[in-house]
Parts: sequence; structure tokens; C-alpha cells
Amino acid sequence: MWNWIQKFSSPKYFYDMSAKLIPWFAIPALVIGVYGLYLGLFVAPTDYQQGESYRIIFIHVPAAWMSLFIYMVMAISAGIGLIWQIRLADVIAAASAPIGASFTFLALVTGSLWGKPMWGTYWVWDARLTSELILLFLYFGYMALQSSIEDQRQADKASGLLAIVGVVNIPIIHYSVEWWNTLHQGATVAKFDKPSMHVDMLIPLLLMALAFQLFYAAVVLVRARNEALYRERNRRWVRELIEKI
Amino acid sequence: MNGSEFNWSEFFAMGGYAFFVWTSYGIAFLVIVLNIVMPMIGRKKVISRVKRAIRREQLQQ
Repeated sequence: MWNWIQKFSSPKYFYDMSAKLIPWFAIPALVIGVYGLYLGLFVAPTDYQQGESYRIIFIHVPAAWMSLFIYMVMAISAGIGLIWQIRLADVIAAASAPIGASFTFLALVTGSLWGKPMWGTYWVWDARLTSELILLFLYFGYMALQSSIEDQRQADKASGLLAIVGVVNIPIIHYSVEWWNTLHQGATVAKFDKPSMHVDMLIPLLLMALAFQLFYAAVVLVRARNEALYRERNRRWVRELIEKI
Repeated sequence: MNGSEFNWSEFFAMGGYAFFVWTSYGIAFLVIVLNIVMPMIGRKKVISRVKRAIRREQLQQ
């Protein structure tokens, strides 16, 4: 079992395999994304309360979900890297951070652009918005530690610890709309009884979420390949590979 | 949806929310594009850095 993990988690093996995997995520991401956009912009009915402004949801909610999901991937990978010293896990964590940060940024900006016409303000310091902003700073903190510490092992340790401690923020983001009074609306999809959303709105939302998920999978592999090459730059397999390029 | 009857100007107006909706979609598009382009540039950077390091070592030998 351990040998098996070692083989599949060796950066060289990962580098070779991931190249074949990327199109299997990228192409469905594009197809599903385009179809989701079509349904969301052209087919989904107008919201009886929010008019057409609600169509921001098809970007905003998938981006917000991804901001949480990618953080968990990053923290768990960093944890695996810390405990079992699996080099590939640290590579995945480091590759995830900038993507997660970009989706968090997107969630915040689209939320702000949705908040203005609906709440009358671009920003309020309420629990949901503030905890999501903290998430963005956690990503930035991770990236800053990665790039400022010269020794890669030390960098992985420090940034990994930050990522793991920051996990406490994730349930805070999720439950913030229940625990505190907020302008932000409650969950409409991720709750136990039936989602309180029209099917014609729900389907494009879920399709967009799936497309974002697949997009992340493709992009994180591309980034992880770069990261693996750089980290292994003194090893023979990278030398041999680079000389062929 | 009937193509000939579809009202594009109404579509782009987004019921008066055009600025908010299209800015959101525009920024989303930008974030997607940057997520694709940046690692492509990153790959070139890594390769040229490692190549330079190899050349330096060969000169030292």
C-alpha cells in the first residue's frame, strides 16, 4: 500500500499522468459551462422579486462554493504534506492557493455587484461578507509564506500550518447567515429540505457549479505540473525533460 | 425560443440591471482567462529558469 502511494505520488509520475488527464477536465468544463450559461441567461425565468439582477447568482454562488472547496483541498493537502511528507500533496496545496484566491475574489466582487441593486450598498461589514474576506486574506497569507520563505520545506510547513488553522473560518462562512443577523440571504440549495428554487434556475446553477469544479481540476493540474518541475529542478528527470524542450 | 423574435436589446438591458449583471459576467470571464493564461506563462518561466541553471552549471564545470 505504501509503495503504491509512493509510486503514484511521485512528482515525476504525476507529471506524466496529469498531462493526459487535463483535457478530460478542460473539455467538459467548457461544454457544461457554455450550456449552463445558455440556460442561465436565456432559459431561466425572471425572478419575481429581484428581476434580472438575480442572474448574477450563476457566477456568484459557484464562485463562492469553489472558494470554500478549494480551501479545503488546500488545507487537507497541506496537512497530508505535513504529516506524511508526501511531496505531491504540498505541490497540490501550493497550486490551489492562487486559484482559490481568484474564485474568492470573484465571489466577493459579484456579491458586491449584486448587493448594490438589492441592498443599496456595495459592502456591509456583516458576518458572511467579512468571513469571506478573511478567506481571501488566508489565501494571500498562504501565498505570501510560500513565496517569502527560501527553504521549500520550511515554506510548506509554515504555510501549511496557516492553511490548517484557517479551516476554522470555513464553518463560520457557511453558518454565518444562520448565526448572525445579516443582509445576506440564507442557503437556497445546500439545505436538508427541498431547495427553495425554481428548477429552471436550479439546473443552470448546478451546471455552472460543475463547470467551475471541472475548470479548477484542469487548472490545478496545469499549475501543479509547473510547481513540480520547479521544485524538482535539481533532479535528473526534470533535467532530462527540460533538455528535450 | 424563436430566434427571429428574440429581443437582443431587451436581453442586454437585463431589466435595468445591465451594469451589475454584465460587469459580474465580465469579471468572471477575466478571472477564467487569467487562470488559463497565468499558468501558461508560469510554465515558460519555470522552463527558462531551469535551463539557465543547467547552463550555469555546465559553465562552472
